[in-house]
Amino acid sequence: MMMEKFALRSRALLAGAAVSALLIGAAPAFAVTPADTLVEGFAIDDIISMDPGEAFELSTAEVTGNTYDLLVRLDLSDTSKVKPDLAESWTVSDDGLTYTFKLKPGLKFASGNPITAADVAYSFERAVKLDKSPAFIIDQFGISGDNVTEKAKAIDDTTFQFTVDKAYAPSFVLNCLSATVASIVDAKLVKEHVAAVTPSADYKWDNDFGNAWLKTGYAGSGAYKLREWRANEAVVMERNDNYHGEKAKLARVIYRNMKESSAQRLALEAGDIDVARNLEPNDLDAIAKNDKLTTTSAPKGTVYYISLNQKNPNLAKPEVRQAFKYLVDYDALSSTILKGIGEIHQSFLPKGDLGAIDTNPFKLDVAKAKELLAKAGLADGFSVTMDVRTGQPTTGMAESIQQTLGQAGIKLEIIPGDGKQTLTKYRARNHDIYIGNWGQDYFDPNSNAQTFASNPDNSDAGKSHTLAWRNSWDIPDLTKETEAALLEKDAGKRADMYKDLQQKILDTSPFVIIHQQLEVAGLRKNLKGFALGPSFDSNFVGPVSKE
Amino acid sequence: MSAIENESGRGSARAVAIASAIGRFLVIAVTTYLGLLAVTFFIGRVIPIDPVLAVLGDRAPLNVVERTRREMGLDLPLVEQFYIYVKNALNGDFGTSVLTTNPVMTDIRRALPATTELATLGTLIGALFGVPLGVLAAVRRGSIIDQIVRVIGLIGYSVPIFWLGLLGLVLFYAKLQWVAFPARLDVVYEYTFTPITGFYLLDSAMQGQWDVFWDAFRHIILPASLLGYFSLAYISRMTRSFMLNELAQEYIVAARAKGLSETRIIWGHALRNAAVPMVTVIALSYAGLLEGSVLTETVFSWPGIGLYITNSLQNADMNAVLGGTIVIGSVFIGINLLSDLLYRVLDPRTKTG
Repeated sequence: MMMEKFALRSRALLAGAAVSALLIGAAPAFAVTPADTLVEGFAIDDIISMDPGEAFELSTAEVTGNTYDLLVRLDLSDTSKVKPDLAESWTVSDDGLTYTFKLKPGLKFASGNPITAADVAYSFERAVKLDKSPAFIIDQFGISGDNVTEKAKAIDDTTFQFTVDKAYAPSFVLNCLSATVASIVDAKLVKEHVAAVTPSADYKWDNDFGNAWLKTGYAGSGAYKLREWRANEAVVMERNDNYHGEKAKLARVIYRNMKESSAQRLALEAGDIDVARNLEPNDLDAIAKNDKLTTTSAPKGTVYYISLNQKNPNLAKPEVRQAFKYLVDYDALSSTILKGIGEIHQSFLPKGDLGAIDTNPFKLDVAKAKELLAKAGLADGFSVTMDVRTGQPTTGMAESIQQTLGQAGIKLEIIPGDGKQTLTKYRARNHDIYIGNWGQDYFDPNSNAQTFASNPDNSDAGKSHTLAWRNSWDIPDLTKETEAALLEKDAGKRADMYKDLQQKILDTSPFVIIHQQLEVAGLRKNLKGFALGPSFDSNFVGPVSKE
Repeated sequence: MSAIENESGRGSARAVAIASAIGRFLVIAVTTYLGLLAVTFFIGRVIPIDPVLAVLGDRAPLNVVERTRREMGLDLPLVEQFYIYVKNALNGDFGTSVLTTNPVMTDIRRALPATTELATLGTLIGALFGVPLGVLAAVRRGSIIDQIVRVIGLIGYSVPIFWLGLLGLVLFYAKLQWVAFPARLDVVYEYTFTPITGFYLLDSAMQGQWDVFWDAFRHIILPASLLGYFSLAYISRMTRSFMLNELAQEYIVAARAKGLSETRIIWGHALRNAAVPMVTVIALSYAGLLEGSVLTETVFSWPGIGLYITNSLQNADMNAVLGGTIVIGSVFIGINLLSDLLYRVLDPRTKTG
């Protein structure tokens, strides 16, 4: 009590001293974040749930990656492979259908509860039965709410068995199990927080598997534990001393919601944040020139593209599709609006994926494009619209493309719109040209192959709204090839199949793929060990320390 | 006829008058609310954004999309959706925000104090400086002072507030380091300080945490000054014209003839009479700051109601938008009513009859 009072009084004194310091105009001390806390300025307003069985947003992926563990994790030194996380080892049965995982001994959740195979089984069960956005990553192995307890089950305390419906490429299965939806939750803790639900036609189960609680709660075992998420304000993580791997260096990590690039830059320069995560090229430039700050970047699994709706008769002509690929000034884009935030990349598999090719055959070539247009009977060009989400880099890219298309006589009208608005139109196939980006759902070539190179039913009633479907591109042969690549057991042969698919997309598709996103961050030089990973769920902050 | 009878007769007539005034107010309020709700609701539904997309993002599979659409009741006819919404709202259930997953009213209870604190301080600053400046400009009409006040007012009125905000940040935060960075508190305090009312200045002072108070002050002062400047521009112009009006009245001439000092005439008589319409002006400017500080809140990462509604609108989070609209509408109606009441208190003529 005495101490408290004393502390209060001395704090008041300090405050008083600060006021007088300000009044006499003394230079105020340089702001610093606490030595044991990492503070990041980050646009986290996309977070809608912290439940790993539900969350599918990019910022959430980062938090989940740091706060939950998986059976297997992406191997950062070779991203075409996975490495053990909670699982010590695994075997695949000869028929390719049964995967048996052996857990490491003595594992504990942050709560202190032991991690057993039953927790793993419950994690799969709840993700599948909840059936939220990311559930399809597990469902695609022939798993549904009705059979999940059979297909994903605990054999004993440390043995977990996962059964799939076809002899898929093991690399595909394992890559999918490294997605955040397969995060292992503390079954005992979650079960204390389940809410009763009245079963209905849409939801057959009598409880919510703790979903309502886990939206803001936490039941994991990662390097950090989630202390708090306040929507549109902050995410706070604290070190988990029960973590099975190398313990986090800092006691606390705080993500503060900051949307503006310029505000992030100011706060970084002033020392109020340690890392700025949403920087635009001009702010990035200024930070690179500041001797107290530095920048880092990593290519992410997101590609930017423009796509031509095949419902438009002009855009449906094969020559026109190819002509568009010659009418983008890749070099100019890369040296201006994409500088530092994107790398030219024209095939649909992002770098780092199994089988990704990195040949960029197209360059701005107006003469060649005109020749192709003439072949298509459109020597005089035509008029067409493009739906563009306001904001960068899409607007800048669209304006550049508008100008280069004009050189070949194609009159492009840009229809600006809010992100959700253009997307609504795109998903209804009501666009001519759309400019957008696609991030892979899980770290496996099938994720992008499935969306760019397969379209099982091109009718309006088609159930699979892949990007090929959204652009009404009917491709039965490519769809079959994509499916075949899934069942190729030999990783080398599987890689070759994806190389072939990428080449065909380059040669024939209505997709003009322009660049792969670079995620960038500006940081203070006293940070050690800060690195961005190849995917959004591998931006690990555990190794970060301060000098 | 006794005096008492007379008195009571007048009293009951007055009660009837008040009752009918309240009745009229209620009718107007209810119609306003319904109109407000209907307009917001239908605009929200006709904007070409799929609300399911806002909940699930672009990558959700089709079966999940369709199920969510049913769960959100979006497969029902518009009129039915509106009916359900109003029915629930009358039972105090304003739905859940899809963005924050909280009940809308929980979110608003959190966001409103942030905005109110900012707007109150802003209005205080605006009135404290705006009224004297306006008086000065009126008294020295046509002088250089009048011109300066006019220019100050014009700048405050015409320069976009987010631009001034960024400029203020560059100067006072980045260069001079006089104020703290965009947020309500420093990171250190965010997790050691528990707010009670949500007004951080008040809460920290009540708990005797003066370091928190100082920190909160350093965060709020720049955005509040900007809002203050904005309302100063308006208040000073209005004060000037009210004062000019008063100064031209005969009672001022009479006061001067009686030999009263100029100070007393201006501050004691003219301003006192001008104060009556001034109350309405300040109240309206306060209401304006409450709902109009969207850009300021964005620039300063201020987790207030403006930011909440804008974010929600951009994501077609209609429950949040509607809830926010109701609250802002109530505040607006409340402040109007309050200024009306104050008007009656301040203006002796409204007391009789």
